[in-house]
Amino acid sequence: MEYSKKVMEHFTKPKNMGEIKNPDGIGTVGNPVCGDLMKITIKVSKNKKGKEVIKDVKFKTFGCAAAVATSSMVTELAKGKTLNEAEKITRNDVAESLEGLPPLKMHCSNLASDALKEAIKDYRKKKNK
Amino acid sequence: MKIYLDNAASTKVSKEVLEEMKPYFSKEYGNASSLHDFGQRAKKALEKSRRIIAESINAETEDIVFTSGGTESNNFALKGVAFANKEKGNHIITSSIEHDCVINSCRWLEKQGFKITYLPVDKDGFVSPEDVEKAITKKTILVSVMHANNEVGTIEPIKEIGRVCRKNNVYFHSDACQTYTKIPIDVQEMNIDLLTINSHKIHGPKGVGALYIRKGVRIEPLMHGGGHEFKKRSGTENIPGIVGFAKAVETAKKSDITHMTKLRDYLINEIEKRISEIILNGPKGEKRLCNNVNFSYRFIEGESILMRLNEKGVMVSTGSACSSNSLEASHVLLAMGRKHEDAHGSIRMSLSRDNTLEEIKYVVNQTEKTVSDLRKMSPLWNR
Ligand SMILES: Cc1ncc(COP(=O)(O)O)c(C=O)c1O
Repeated sequence: MEYSKKVMEHFTKPKNMGEIKNPDGIGTVGNPVCGDLMKITIKVSKNKKGKEVIKDVKFKTFGCAAAVATSSMVTELAKGKTLNEAEKITRNDVAESLEGLPPLKMHCSNLASDALKEAIKDYRKKKNK
Repeated sequence: MKIYLDNAASTKVSKEVLEEMKPYFSKEYGNASSLHDFGQRAKKALEKSRRIIAESINAETEDIVFTSGGTESNNFALKGVAFANKEKGNHIITSSIEHDCVINSCRWLEKQGFKITYLPVDKDGFVSPEDVEKAITKKTILVSVMHANNEVGTIEPIKEIGRVCRKNNVYFHSDACQTYTKIPIDVQEMNIDLLTINSHKIHGPKGVGALYIRKGVRIEPLMHGGGHEFKKRSGTENIPGIVGFAKAVETAKKSDITHMTKLRDYLINEIEKRISEIILNGPKGEKRLCNNVNFSYRFIEGESILMRLNEKGVMVSTGSACSSNSLEASHVLLAMGRKHEDAHGSIRMSLSRDNTLEEIKYVVNQTEKTVSDLRKMSPLWNR
């Protein structure tokens, strides 16, 4: 598979791999039957201005090299961002930060930003209970 | 270190083969149909090669037709027999684990009005000769079952299937791309009417193959033209390729099989000993092709295993959807009853006579480490 250097970097040495204990939000997307499953856990805290930010974020992924690299990249992009900013991270942002993905992988293995959105949604749901 | 374990995909052209081919590019470059010296020398090389290949499968020399490879031979066998025997019937029987070039030829024939039965296989990938017999109807013209499967190495009972076909007066074709020179083939004893073989799986060049067509078998050519290859396959013969193919056959040794079998069993045993939660795809022992090892590593995905091993210099292949253009998991593994997620986690390692025990030891270590690293990353792995 023809992957960019950046994809291979994040695939062979992924950042923020693992699972946060007692997370504030959990987002799971994909399905192992299709070959991809991603789980993102986040920890949220308030910054000096009183805005909610992603203090910590980790991923676990079952999937191809692109799935792992996009997971790793989305955690890098999200870390320290406010929830409103983090929510706006798109699949394209992730792909661009990775210097592109093979066309075939744009749809199926680029679910990491969706998993992040799910984690934020989960956090808000729990908070508003 | 580069360790090539994808010999079921293609092999290295051996030195002997390369040397044998060389003169036919720019010295002996005549067209085998030409009457002058250069032409006649090409013709001689062509006929010598044909003889070598015919003898290797106990066939008549004139029953060997050279083609551009396994894909063409399989297309030719299926479509050629189908169209030449339309009056007799429109039914063809094959298995659900054939190579894509057989499956997709069959799918195309369905569009042309032929009826195809895709026989199921058991959990190890075996086709049952009884199933073949039961599927035969008055309309059946051809049975096509591969000699050994390219993904999982299951060796099919083609002698028994050949007997069933002969008894019922139906043509029998077998795709032997993976077994040629690795398992003895005798087209007489095995009642084979058509046999597909190719060169690049046996240390010969790519783009050359042959179809054995038993005398009297009714078949339509796919290529129309100057009437080459006994009017069955027109087109100027690829003399360097054909000469290389024959040399590859001549230089295949029995001891290569013993060597590959030993390495195969070592690799299977070590992986089973050192890695948990795995499934061996295909049978063990004598019914497994001598150079095939295929495991599903549960809870992780094959393309990522492949890419990680590639980083360590180890080259393998996978049945995962993520590595295929169709984005579908291996039809072979699914037909054997594997779950989708286990098919995604499959890795095939296919050996050649050039691999060494030292290489295989390195591969075992790297595989163990890769699987462990990826499992730590997997949300499905909880320990
Ligand atoms: C079982 C089998 N049949 C057919 C083929 C196609 O052969 P070729 O690559 O020569 O077209 C292959 C290999 O690719 C194969 O493994």
